Amino acid sequence: MALDEYKPQKGGDELEQGHAFKYVGTRPDRPDGTDKVTGRARFGADITAPGMLHGAILRSPHAHARIVSIDTAKAEALDGVKAVVTRADFSDAIQPAPGMAGEMWNVLENVMAGDKALYDGHAIAAVAATSALTARDAVKLIEVTYEVLPHVTDVDAAMADDAPVIRDGTADKSVPPGLHPNVVRYHQSGHGDVATGFAEADLVIEDSFTTEATHQGYIEPHACLGILGGDGKGELWCCTQGHWNVQKICAALLDLETSQLRVTASEIGGGFGGKTTVFIEPVALALSRKANKPVKLVMSRAEVFRATGPTASTSMDIKIGMNKDGTITAAQGVFRAQGGAFPGAPMEFTAMCAFAPYNLANVHQVGYDVMTNRPKQAAYRAPGSPMAAFAVESVIDELCNQLGLDPLEVRLKNASREGTRASYGPKFQRIGLVETIEAAMAHPHYSAPLEPGQGRGISCGFWFNHGGETSVTLALSEDGSAQIMVGTPDIGGSRSSMALMAAEVLGIPYENIRVTVADTASLGYNEVSHGSRVTYASGLATIKAAEAAVRELCRRAAAKWGIEEDAVYWEDGYAKPSGPNAGDFEPLHISKITRRMGATGGPINGHFEATPEGAGVSFATHIVDAEVDPETGSTKVVRYTVVQDAGKAIHPTYVEGQFQGGAAQGIGWALNEEYIYGADGRLQNAGFLDYRIPVASDLPMIDTVIVEVPNPGHPYGVRGVGETSICPPLAAIANAVSAAAGVRMRNLPMSPPRILAALEEQSGG
Amino acid sequence: MVEVHLWSGLRAQAGGREVVEVEAKTVGEVLSGLVAAHPELQEVIDAGVSVAVDGRIIASGLTEPVNEDSEVYLMQRLKGG
Repeated sequence: MALDEYKPQKGGDELEQGHAFKYVGTRPDRPDGTDKVTGRARFGADITAPGMLHGAILRSPHAHARIVSIDTAKAEALDGVKAVVTRADFSDAIQPAPGMAGEMWNVLENVMAGDKALYDGHAIAAVAATSALTARDAVKLIEVTYEVLPHVTDVDAAMADDAPVIRDGTADKSVPPGLHPNVVRYHQSGHGDVATGFAEADLVIEDSFTTEATHQGYIEPHACLGILGGDGKGELWCCTQGHWNVQKICAALLDLETSQLRVTASEIGGGFGGKTTVFIEPVALALSRKANKPVKLVMSRAEVFRATGPTASTSMDIKIGMNKDGTITAAQGVFRAQGGAFPGAPMEFTAMCAFAPYNLANVHQVGYDVMTNRPKQAAYRAPGSPMAAFAVESVIDELCNQLGLDPLEVRLKNASREGTRASYGPKFQRIGLVETIEAAMAHPHYSAPLEPGQGRGISCGFWFNHGGETSVTLALSEDGSAQIMVGTPDIGGSRSSMALMAAEVLGIPYENIRVTVADTASLGYNEVSHGSRVTYASGLATIKAAEAAVRELCRRAAAKWGIEEDAVYWEDGYAKPSGPNAGDFEPLHISKITRRMGATGGPINGHFEATPEGAGVSFATHIVDAEVDPETGSTKVVRYTVVQDAGKAIHPTYVEGQFQGGAAQGIGWALNEEYIYGADGRLQNAGFLDYRIPVASDLPMIDTVIVEVPNPGHPYGVRGVGETSICPPLAAIANAVSAAAGVRMRNLPMSPPRILAALEEQSGG
Repeated sequence: MVEVHLWSGLRAQAGGREVVEVEAKTVGEVLSGLVAAHPELQEVIDAGVSVAVDGRIIASGLTEPVNEDSEVYLMQRLKGG
């Protein structure tokens, strides 16, 4: 179906009512499971090519420094070195511009420094050599003269009058006059009159909170293999969440025609948003173009920490008024987020998500995007939303405590529903927040007794979800099996979900369908796998592509029987005459039609290309029990329950996995994970020994409840589930820890030293 | 005419207004109408915006229909992780 035939209408009318599912909702084995447990799956670093060189990157040891000179002569003279590149080897046609309008220049500047090193780890030059060891040795021979400049890595310090200016002129027109040049974007929204609302409240609480930058913590470091000739034709294999985006950016940064660069996405060992942009891919291609050989680049874990994109860190002020009956009368928030030395900290999402779960007559939110001398932030699951929930839900928890109210009953009383004006403006369509709160209230966890020293916390969370440009093709084989080409890298089990949805339409077993993530030369454009969009958008496209194939199958059956096309219908893998008037024909199985498809009109395929715009927003409610040791300050999460609206769970096991994954990453973010910078502006903990992500022994069994309030914008009602699950954990855990410790925790992570300090401060110690 | 609600941070680029009326039958015409009325909004729109039409958030579809009685909100461009 062409784009102009696909026109979702007001409110979304894609939902197929009364669908009795046969395959959707079942839990078959994952199609990529055997490949992954046997080592057959090929990840980014597994790709090789004849004559391949190895690349290495020289990185700045300074947080902020002018690059006075770069002398590569000694490196180039080293035996085995085939190419050295600097910024001069990239496009000079891309110009800076204020705010996000200059994003392509920002990406280029991040890939390879121009006049200044902007953070510890910023790429300065790169080498390709016949071995990885030679490449690393050659990097050490590159002589760089730096003029070290004052630096700033803290978001509040970067806004102070005396903060060093990172790049003057970066601020766009949204920024009000009088703010420091490091404030580069500004957001303000809301409705009603908060002053009046606060005046009406029985209790008003105002408090401040901070969160630290955290890394997505994907197990697979970035890796790629690039081949680029002097004729401008190239190939690239890389681990990415979006290879069309990689193609587009690399082509721009290297002055190539987009279609001349073919990009293949490898299997991916985690992304969570961190692989939605490029870091080393253009460098490998630039080295290859200069050396005329394939070049492989693989990041070390330290490079991943120092030079890829962690999430933003934040500083937030929240004020909420509540009546004795639990009604919220007004809410306001100020959200300051730093996203490194470039615009893009997701402060607008922080602001827009902050109060979205609640029906508020008076609400106001302000966001500041602030530059610091840190790496360029990248997306991380629902970018911006978890921090907002931490601050807002902490204050709501405190209001409930002081007014003696049940925290879930207060959330239910104020919950956004269909028709509620969202805190960010428009009215909600059909949403499932109330259903998640009610399910949480009914869950045995909520009424279970606590042990001494334990506390219980709850939180709601919100994320938008996304659609995006999508292409899918489906081809039937002569034996009646099907192969599907999607363009969205499988970061969360999407191949399984696509196969289930196609099985539902075609009426053939799940096992008879193979789903492949196609390269950029084999399928139309696909947006990145982000925004929890894949099961929604690629799923919708898969259903439409399968329906197109079914229409053709019915046409072939009609031709065989000599009846009208509309006298044939499709059921459970068979073409059938639609009734007695259509004729008495034996139903035709799909394999009987495909076996002769070459002689009856040619191959039978289906395809669909569109930008689905009906992604439904989603909500979650989490319950957490935590135990705090007052002697050591250590915290153990002893029970965790995730309740989330999935719209429709296509493969419930994967949905539950997404719920659990968000909770697990949230536990790390809440309790231990943080980027630690020294006074010299250098990252102090660029490795998993010092940057502590949760391991299995840190986690409880995480219970899940799938709520299904169908999204009207998808035929089966799907809502994205990959991101919302990380929105409530920071707040729910903070509320549990605060209850267990008996002191309000306002700064993440709640690591043992912070908890001990809070306990000592409370006791006057 | 369609009433387009801006986020309040855009008042400086829209002559102090938070609601701007434009002639539009599609999302694309909403955006071009906003720029015609207030050229300073061009930079914001170029940087990326979404448009909520009757609660449905449209990230990029310029041909999506808009009715005179539609509730239209300009929003910052959505992206995720």
